[in-house]
Amino acid sequence: MIGLSSYLVLAALVFSIGLFGVLTRRNAVGILLGIELMLNAVNINLVAFARYNGDLIGVIFTLFTISITVAEVAVGLAIVIAIFRVRRTVEADRLDLLRG
Amino acid sequence: MTVETVGFWVVAAVLLASSLAVVLTPNLFHAVLYLAAALVATGAIFLLLAQPFLFAVQLLLYAGGVVTIVVFAIMLTERLVGQRIRQTSRHVVNGAIVAAAVFAGIAGFLLRSPLATPPPGPAADATIAIGRALVGPFAVTLELLGVLLVTALLGALHFARGEE
Repeated sequence: MIGLSSYLVLAALVFSIGLFGVLTRRNAVGILLGIELMLNAVNINLVAFARYNGDLIGVIFTLFTISITVAEVAVGLAIVIAIFRVRRTVEADRLDLLRG
Repeated sequence: MTVETVGFWVVAAVLLASSLAVVLTPNLFHAVLYLAAALVATGAIFLLLAQPFLFAVQLLLYAGGVVTIVVFAIMLTERLVGQRIRQTSRHVVNGAIVAAAVFAGIAGFLLRSPLATPPPGPAADATIAIGRALVGPFAVTLELLGVLLVTALLGALHFARGEE
């Protein structure tokens, strides 16, 4: 029988990998992929707690986070495309329009 | 070694390998494909946790929807052939140190907390209960989610539309 802590450690590993991607990627789309990984790790945590506590609230919360993530990705990628139109690049280091 | 145990370790290995590939591969398009593999592996984890409905949602929304949107965004912003799609990473050592520190913090917290987990009861058909809860106590949240999705759709259209 797999214990709850196995799922939690797995989710923590995936979260750390996603954080590494967010910190090191130069491309804005690559940063978004890292954020996706981190959100997935959180979903694993929620479902694991729901299963081992016999409570369905975690599953319903996961449904909500999945939907919100999809909306966030759509808006984020639209912003990336809009920025690409203006600057002809999606490298995060060179997007300094707001720098004073 | 039951089937569930073997399945968990196999799925965990696939999930970790594809997650690492997402953040390490130099080709952005390949990273998206590895992300699709990682999302499907996460869905398999949901299946192991006796949530087949979430598995279906994960496949439809994440592996179907998100991956398609990201592929379109890459096609609109980068040329698929040539050097432009290659992406480099910066501050790799610093990023690895921060990520390892975060993982050590979480793992230390997990090891110190007493996770007295009673063995989970027999998995009932959770789909019926999910449906009842979504239109029962969580009905307002569900409606707000619909409003959020419409707002996000309009916002994405507004941002991505060219000036006419």
